[in-house]
Amino acid sequence: MSTIDYTQELPTVEGKPSAQSIDDVISKPLDTKPGNLWKILITITSLMLLVGGGALGWTFYKGIGVWGNNNPVGWGFDIVNFVFWVGIGHAGTLISAVLFLLRQRWRTGIARFAEAMTIFAVMCAGIFPAIHTGRAWLDGYLFPYPNANNIWVNFTSPLLWDVFAVSTYFTVSAIFWYVGLMPDFATLRDRTTNTLKKNIYSILSLGWRHSSRHWQHYEKAYMILAGFATPLVLSVHTIVSFDFAVSVIPGWHTTIFPPYFVAGAVFSGFAMVQNVLIFVRQAFNLKHIITIGHLEKMNQVMLLVGTMVGYAYAMEFFVAWYSGNQFETFTFINRALGPYAWAYWTMVSCNVIFPQLFWIKKIRTTILPMFILGVVVNIGMWFERFVIIVTSLSRDYLPSSWGMYTPTIYDLGILMFSFGLFFTNVLLFVRALPAVSIAEVKAVVDGAQPSHKGGHH
Amino acid sequence: MDTKKIHSVTAIFDTPDDIIMASQETVKAGYTKFDTNTPYPVHGIEKAMNIGTSYLGYFTLFLGLSGAAFAFAFIYWVAAIDYPLIIGGKPFFSWPAFIPVTFEVTVLSAAVGTVGVLIAGLFKFPNNSHTLHDTDYMKKVSSDKFGVCIVSIDPMFDEAKAKSFLQGIGGKDIETIYEPERKTINAFEPKFIMGLILIALLTAGATYFALNKLVFMQPFTWMAEQNKLVPQSKNVMFGDGYGMRTPVEGTVARGFTPYEFKGMSDSAVKNLSNPLPVSKQVLAKGKEKFDSYCSPCHGYYGKGDSRMNGQFPNPPSLHSDKVTNWADGNIYHVIVNGQNVMPSYAKQLSKDERWSIIRYIRVLQRSQNAKDSDVEGK
Repeated sequence: MSTIDYTQELPTVEGKPSAQSIDDVISKPLDTKPGNLWKILITITSLMLLVGGGALGWTFYKGIGVWGNNNPVGWGFDIVNFVFWVGIGHAGTLISAVLFLLRQRWRTGIARFAEAMTIFAVMCAGIFPAIHTGRAWLDGYLFPYPNANNIWVNFTSPLLWDVFAVSTYFTVSAIFWYVGLMPDFATLRDRTTNTLKKNIYSILSLGWRHSSRHWQHYEKAYMILAGFATPLVLSVHTIVSFDFAVSVIPGWHTTIFPPYFVAGAVFSGFAMVQNVLIFVRQAFNLKHIITIGHLEKMNQVMLLVGTMVGYAYAMEFFVAWYSGNQFETFTFINRALGPYAWAYWTMVSCNVIFPQLFWIKKIRTTILPMFILGVVVNIGMWFERFVIIVTSLSRDYLPSSWGMYTPTIYDLGILMFSFGLFFTNVLLFVRALPAVSIAEVKAVVDGAQPSHKGGHH
Repeated sequence: MDTKKIHSVTAIFDTPDDIIMASQETVKAGYTKFDTNTPYPVHGIEKAMNIGTSYLGYFTLFLGLSGAAFAFAFIYWVAAIDYPLIIGGKPFFSWPAFIPVTFEVTVLSAAVGTVGVLIAGLFKFPNNSHTLHDTDYMKKVSSDKFGVCIVSIDPMFDEAKAKSFLQGIGGKDIETIYEPERKTINAFEPKFIMGLILIALLTAGATYFALNKLVFMQPFTWMAEQNKLVPQSKNVMFGDGYGMRTPVEGTVARGFTPYEFKGMSDSAVKNLSNPLPVSKQVLAKGKEKFDSYCSPCHGYYGKGDSRMNGQFPNPPSLHSDKVTNWADGNIYHVIVNGQNVMPSYAKQLSKDERWSIIRYIRVLQRSQNAKDSDVEGK
């Protein structure tokens, strides 16, 4: 095809598959025994989980003194990893809620997966603030409840806002995900021949009957949830950025933080979703449902938000100079030229320079380069949080209290644990639940909707 | 078969256009208690079925506004009334800082509440015992077909008429669905009650263990084992491995005076005089120390009648002529040096305490052998 007819929208699902074949393709991983690739991958990820779990257990036993953070760098890997994982989660909600409201039909193939990744990423993120309190088993005190000590939490503290933002985000994401899964559970229930599976799916489907009288409320509820998830996702990383912006540390105390953090979150999240989707469409033969077109659109979003992140980096430097504040100016010169310059330039090259390659269509639509760029972006985004947290804390106002930060093997172990948890969950998810929304995909196949000719009238 | 109650009559259609048409025809035929079942939401079917639009949004609005009002009022009460703390020099009612939590609670209550209303209120779920489940009809509409289901509670329902109507509008696989016979389950079944009790006990036990035992165990708390110096226990901090330190050689304890008559005979100490006056405080102190250190052998009244009596040798009475006639210095000498099997009490009793005890012994000697003349008015 030399010319493309732009008046005709490209099909969301390639090849006009029948509804039954969609059932078969999507539920195939659920009905078959896992292959060797999957077994090897889950061995690796559960090893990461186990070995990292050792580091976590040692932290529980000995206390957080085994970590590398100490005065003046009181926040180290714990908060770096927290912000990193919460950021990863943002792509899922963006794809499932924001693109839903914007009527982007291409989201259909990837929304379920992205939502699952949101939930897993928020689970990983939740580990870090929970354990950085030192005694994770006393974290119940983070929530306001009428207690015997007659004291209340401080509702004007960004750290408490965080508790509410992250727990609300997790809850709303989880119910959004579950509401989307309900009709698919019903479809799985009705096609399985295995009694145990049928019982499990029956319980999970809650008795869904595909009734049009239900669909009508269901679609409304989905719209409402998407409407709530959209401001919610923006609020979560805004509030995470308040943890820094509300303090008075040079390099943190800036008003650009909320939009800058949200853009960064979407950036890293899209990179992670893109990476995992490439694996899934390859491994489960979903290439006609998760098309190259979808991946290209994700790469375009990454190019956009990556450039926004680059703009934020530049603007931070500009404001540091323009404000005339010597501490602010010093912090940024120190970031680019100080002892952590290697981290800073890793961040800039991974987040701003390399993603510019996405301007080239060939790179946007070829699997290997886009996969590598996705990995690069995630490395860069992890270093962004490292740079923000560690450089600002290690050298603030008083040169006499400067100090360097070095993570210990337990810090690295817990980071590995979080990656192990995330990928183990992803691997279990693709084999236990429909990784693509069956009902939604059926609804967007060409010819799935009435022809608007009103039947025979 | 005929005795069974009919639930509904169903028909299958192949395309979305057909199901829109079938819905319109069913409405036109006058049926109201009917439903269509489609594997995915078909656009425009609510208009064809004449069921109006969803009113779920009003619940959401109400729930969201309630959540917002509750959160804001609650934070106000906490921060300004019940637990006012000055934070950053801001007023107690610093409402801009209340916004983030208010927003999150609004979203949480609206989203969770909407789904709750949707599933429990509008769908009446969980409902896995609905008659349509496990029918061929449900299996088809779950995958790729579109179905119409006319329910028997419709006022103009008649099995034969409904079947021929559905046939007439092009429906396939027309079938009648019967209500299954349902078993009723007694809530007072002993097994069920026992199960409930078991669950209650397990939950209560686990909660008790977690809250009252577990949190006081290592590593949840290290109160029982701490890295500090404890007397009587081993410690690696010092070369000799003892946690407890001994004083430097030649150390003299505070208030300690060396006893210059050590090892000398009675005659040498006879002239020592008691430096303490006879006062209430002195006698009280003397009684306290006598009861602690002397009474275990000599008895509370100094009669030698303690539980040591009868074991060789009997503790001597302090009311003997010998002791009564002793000068205070002689008793002092015995307390410091000991006598026969009685050890020295120099370490346990300070100088003043010894003299106080002697004053008290004199009180005992007089009160236990009181003469008539001691009683007032005789």
